[in-house]
Amino acid sequence: MKFSKIDFDKLENEGTASVSTRERRKFLKLGLAVAGVYAGGKILSLTSVIGTAHASGGVGTIKKYPYNPHYSMVIRQSLCIDCEKCVDACNTTNHVPEYGYRTRILTKKYTDQLDKQVEFIPVLCNHCNNAPCVRACPTKATFKDPVTGIVRMESKKCIGCKTCMLACPYDARYFNVERRAVDKCDFCWDKRLSQGETQTGCSAACPTGSRTFGNLTDPDNIVYKLVHQLEERIWVIRPADDTKPNIFYMKGNMRSVDNILKEQKFKYFDPNKA
Amino acid sequence: MASRIVNISKKWGFHGVEALKEASPGYKVLMGFFVLLTLAGMAVGLHALFVGYHHVYGVTRQISWGLLISVYIFCVVTSTGLCIVSSIGHVFGGEAFMPIAKRAVFMSIVFMFGGFCIIFFDIENPFRMAIWNVFSPNFVSNMWWMGTLYGMYLVFMIVEYYFLLDQNHSMSRLMGFFGLVVGVAAHSNLGAVFGMLHGRPFWYGPYLPIYFIFSAAMSGGCAILFFTTLGWKINPEIMNQRMERAVKAVTQVTIFLISVIIFFTIWKIITGMVSEGKHLVIMSFLNGDYAINFWVFEVFLGMFLPLYLLIRSRGNNFNLIMWATGLMMIGIFFMRYDIVIPGQMESVYHSLGVVEEANLLTYTPSFHEIMASLFGIGFIGFAYFAGEKMLNGHQLEKHEIVPDGGYICPGCGAIHFMEEGETEEDAMKRHHRIW
Repeated sequence: MKFSKIDFDKLENEGTASVSTRERRKFLKLGLAVAGVYAGGKILSLTSVIGTAHASGGVGTIKKYPYNPHYSMVIRQSLCIDCEKCVDACNTTNHVPEYGYRTRILTKKYTDQLDKQVEFIPVLCNHCNNAPCVRACPTKATFKDPVTGIVRMESKKCIGCKTCMLACPYDARYFNVERRAVDKCDFCWDKRLSQGETQTGCSAACPTGSRTFGNLTDPDNIVYKLVHQLEERIWVIRPADDTKPNIFYMKGNMRSVDNILKEQKFKYFDPNKA
Repeated sequence: MASRIVNISKKWGFHGVEALKEASPGYKVLMGFFVLLTLAGMAVGLHALFVGYHHVYGVTRQISWGLLISVYIFCVVTSTGLCIVSSIGHVFGGEAFMPIAKRAVFMSIVFMFGGFCIIFFDIENPFRMAIWNVFSPNFVSNMWWMGTLYGMYLVFMIVEYYFLLDQNHSMSRLMGFFGLVVGVAAHSNLGAVFGMLHGRPFWYGPYLPIYFIFSAAMSGGCAILFFTTLGWKINPEIMNQRMERAVKAVTQVTIFLISVIIFFTIWKIITGMVSEGKHLVIMSFLNGDYAINFWVFEVFLGMFLPLYLLIRSRGNNFNLIMWATGLMMIGIFFMRYDIVIPGQMESVYHSLGVVEEANLLTYTPSFHEIMASLFGIGFIGFAYFAGEKMLNGHQLEKHEIVPDGGYICPGCGAIHFMEEGETEEDAMKRHHRIW
């Protein structure tokens, strides 16, 4: 098979006049997408997107996230007051024995800050897209739910080698003697979500709205709105482990967040203001 | 039946239970001690299994691998090492190493069984393992490969040992080769069980799989020397010129391997000191909670003392070799312990700077863990002492291949080569002048 040769040097310059505005926009958009400027470009490398960038297919399409519903939690750290209602709710909902926990609240103290001396950081299973525990399990007793992306346990297969407990970079697992298997947060799948509820035990119990749970593929969902914005910094814990976690953290008591939740596009634009 | 035992005795050197009965009272007491240790360990282990490990073991949510895993690793490292070092002789044809093969392969199997005994009491649901490892395998899990490869390894070693006893050299060589390949795969994969946990910076990386292989070879050399010289104490007849030469060769290899491990350890410490994730743990080795473990046991007993004593022994002084390698075995145990426990000491949330995880986590083995470990160790001890008697000191009956032009020296049992125009006597004199 022969190809006709193209001599690039002898081709005429078409000029930019023939490029439509539409095409230009498309091209710019592509550049922005590549650079990660769209919707959470700064968190691009940390979040759960597999493969292509956030904005490659426009905003809010299902294709972007590997699961649907893609359950996720955004923890607005500044709102946490360490009341531990979430921990209690978790323990009662999931019958967690007293020697174990599925979630807990860590305390970080400061001595040299003017506004606050203490910060509370709720932690739980991050339901990583690239979950080290799932890889480590010899018998597939722990697995990524193919629909929701929740990291779940099939207790009868657990041999109790405890490799997953060490593989987990979030200390989210413990051995439950009563179940004779490793136990962990399943976003209350067994007790609540599979029975039609939309909130986990902990997020429903949170009095300040620090724990916000939802579906990351739904543009109307609160977690989608919190993650897809540029104003407030969003991070994950232990990003260097490259596990693509689904628990996002932000400070979250800022005006901009209120604006986001009130669906106002811009921080400094207040339509009610005279 | 009786005639069959006589035949096996002739061909395999198997002297049966009779040999145990004829042992001296002191020897019987020693074997009885190890039997008691095994039974006591098993009883305590079973107790732990029934009341639940959670209540009686010292392991926690964050330090979930404790003493049992350390001893398990000690056992399988030694087993692989025995296979690696002995394969120089009976697989690759290093003539000097041939006489150690039978004892080494026997002990390799024994150590592997001992390791399995110990991990039985660490796995929470060992019976489920047998089912789901087969029906729900996860091929990307190092843990799955560990079980599978070590299982295969054990089968190859047992088949190899059978052919060694049966003096079928080509088959024993072939099986030894497969055993070596699978053993190295299994053992480096054990390193990867730790090395692929990327949330654990102290373990993560290619260091551990590589280190495990060299470390295994060192342990294997040490174990061969220890068990051979101890066998010589039990039955001085096992030592002939040929065996002396083998001990000397293994001593040389072990000295080299200790040096390699010193080199590995130096770089582990130096690189760890500049790593954010490892710094705290490394400092606890140098001047913290693990300083005694590290300096006294790992460095002094495990490396420098045996290095010095083995060089001093010149490969001839068996008493010195026995003491050097016996102490080294203790040091090697602490090397394993210092891999397993410190890797978990730093909580995953330590780097977050939170109050709860500001300090390094601590772990102390419980009584049940110690006893369950001694179940395996007791078994190994008993199997060794019983094996020395029942298998008549693993003595050879020319089980190795005699090359062309060589003959087996009637004086020492070694293979000698005659040069042209030389009589057997001249050849023997020439060979023995070296020694």
